[in-house]
Amino acid sequence: MTVTDVTTESPSGGVTPPAHHGLVGVFLAECRAEWVKLRTVRSTMWSLAVTVLITVGLAALFSVARMSRWDRQPLAQRLLFDPTGFSLNGIFLAQLAVGVLGVLVMSSEYATGQIRATFGAVPQRGVVLLAKVVVFFLVTLVVGEVASFSAFFVGQAIFASKNLQASIGDPGVLRAVLGGGFYLAVIGIFGLGLGAIVRRTAGAIAVLVAFVLILPIIVGFLPSPWGDDISKYLPGPAGNALFHLRAQTASLSPRVGLVVFCAYAVAAIMAGWVLVRRRDA
Amino acid sequence: MNGSTGSNPPLTLEGPYCIGPIGLDRSARSGGGDRPETHPRKGVLVIETVEVTKRYGETLAVDRLTLSVPPGRVTGFLGPNGAGKSTTMRMMIGLDAPTSGSVRINGRRYGDLRYPLHEVGALLEAKAIHPGRTARNHLRWLAESNRIDRRRVDEVLELVGLGGVARRRAGGFSLGMGQRLGIAAALLGDPGVLLLDEPVNGLDPEGILWVRNLLRSLSAEGRTIFVSSHLMSEMALTADYLVVIGRGRLIAEGSVAEVIASSSGNHVLVRTPDASTLAPLLTEAGGEVTVDRDGALLVTGLDCPRVGDLAAAGRVTLHELSPRLASLEDAFMELTRDSGEFSNTGPPASAPPPSPLARSAPVATGEQAR
Repeated sequence: MTVTDVTTESPSGGVTPPAHHGLVGVFLAECRAEWVKLRTVRSTMWSLAVTVLITVGLAALFSVARMSRWDRQPLAQRLLFDPTGFSLNGIFLAQLAVGVLGVLVMSSEYATGQIRATFGAVPQRGVVLLAKVVVFFLVTLVVGEVASFSAFFVGQAIFASKNLQASIGDPGVLRAVLGGGFYLAVIGIFGLGLGAIVRRTAGAIAVLVAFVLILPIIVGFLPSPWGDDISKYLPGPAGNALFHLRAQTASLSPRVGLVVFCAYAVAAIMAGWVLVRRRDA
Repeated sequence: MNGSTGSNPPLTLEGPYCIGPIGLDRSARSGGGDRPETHPRKGVLVIETVEVTKRYGETLAVDRLTLSVPPGRVTGFLGPNGAGKSTTMRMMIGLDAPTSGSVRINGRRYGDLRYPLHEVGALLEAKAIHPGRTARNHLRWLAESNRIDRRRVDEVLELVGLGGVARRRAGGFSLGMGQRLGIAAALLGDPGVLLLDEPVNGLDPEGILWVRNLLRSLSAEGRTIFVSSHLMSEMALTADYLVVIGRGRLIAEGSVAEVIASSSGNHVLVRTPDASTLAPLLTEAGGEVTVDRDGALLVTGLDCPRVGDLAAAGRVTLHELSPRLASLEDAFMELTRDSGEFSNTGPPASAPPPSPLARSAPVATGEQAR
């Protein structure tokens, strides 16, 4: 076997590096690489499909159930009914699919050893992490919005039977529906950050579930003022303020909720950034 | 150093080789190479480590290792399993940070390189690949990350013989196919420097031959190749220059011939009906004499002419007088055996053998060669 056909101009130290030598160029190239990585494994397609399916499917299921019992519900419950927020409740479960995919974006690289190929190809590790965050955020934002809008419209179609439907033009509704998709994308980034910190898939998923689902329950055991005061700052409840119109008990305003919720994802990414740069791959 | 690198332990009848001092002759490098350098670039060192140390908790994986890889040649990086080869190579491409010391590639830190695949290609583990991704897609993301032309992906796949399975997922690949894919990834950026950690691991004889020829032709194109192995026989066929480490330390460095020469396994075999007369003469002249099973004398420290002269002067009849050169295998075993001893801090005689890892590897190598 000969290899002469492979060689281009100058083999020995004959380095012909690409022109885009700045870190921005490295970042853009790495973004394209991460995009290829993301769409060439099956778990991506599955997780994202499941995200949409759960968000829309649960919206339909709960909405139909709610409407079937509507006439027998007490007045207080009927008055507090938030058709927008209610149609988006499937996000509670769908966030796990996105969050787990976010974890896998990092942890599968460590599990398979591919991280060494990644850092060998792009030794600027911070750039790698940033590219992963940007690409994954954009992908999950698009998918999240598709899921959120679909769930909203499916829900409203069902509520129309009792003339309870909200319109996308009603005050705050567009914000809430957009917020639902955004919530999913940020949970994905939170998972990605946890994956970078923990590196093991199982461990990172456990932390994710604990933060998003378990902690609110635990905090609920605290006596009255404390429980609510702490609970509203947890990622789940804080993020919920994004896609509900009617404020639930002791929830933050959408604006504060947005800041608090995003702070969790940013903190996870920052911690991951420090660790990824410092640790041996 | 509490071992016996300076003195010769008693030679057993079975083991025909003595252990003697080892030349750590770093100046010998300039004379090295049993074949001409294709791209002589004097004074330029492609890879250089200076006093590099890597410690994992209590374990000292690499211990003040200073080594250099000259350009345009195949440099073999030898050592038993656990000697620190892989750790050293991981530090070379910035995956592990040295505890102290420095590592440079083409004069720079690997972490400072932009699009490094154009300069350095590395195969560190065969299966650093996501099992769910096809071979082609694996190379595609690598190509994108370093702005390598997409056509190059199919080119290297053909080159390593994976063109037919390019669209199959890497999880179903055999170890040999994974190894080929790893080599394809290393060649993707058409780099001038290649780092390959145990590239023939898991390959069948045909695959081993293929890697060997590939290394030779890549080297003939003027590329610098740094290839690790624990198989001496393999290195004897592919490497021009050897760096031998054991227990994280440099043991020997030089051309293949020099490494063999630095081993004291070289000896002279003498058959004579009058051994009792000749032996004292040889010892007096500075030789070390032992007797093998058939009654032949094994002499170290004296060369053939000198032994012949001494025999003639002592009027001793000789039936046979022949030089016995150690093989690269023998040299390696001996070099690495010593490295095991001088890093053993426990009492040498009564304590159990230091590390089964360090000891068994060279032995296994030797057995395999025979």
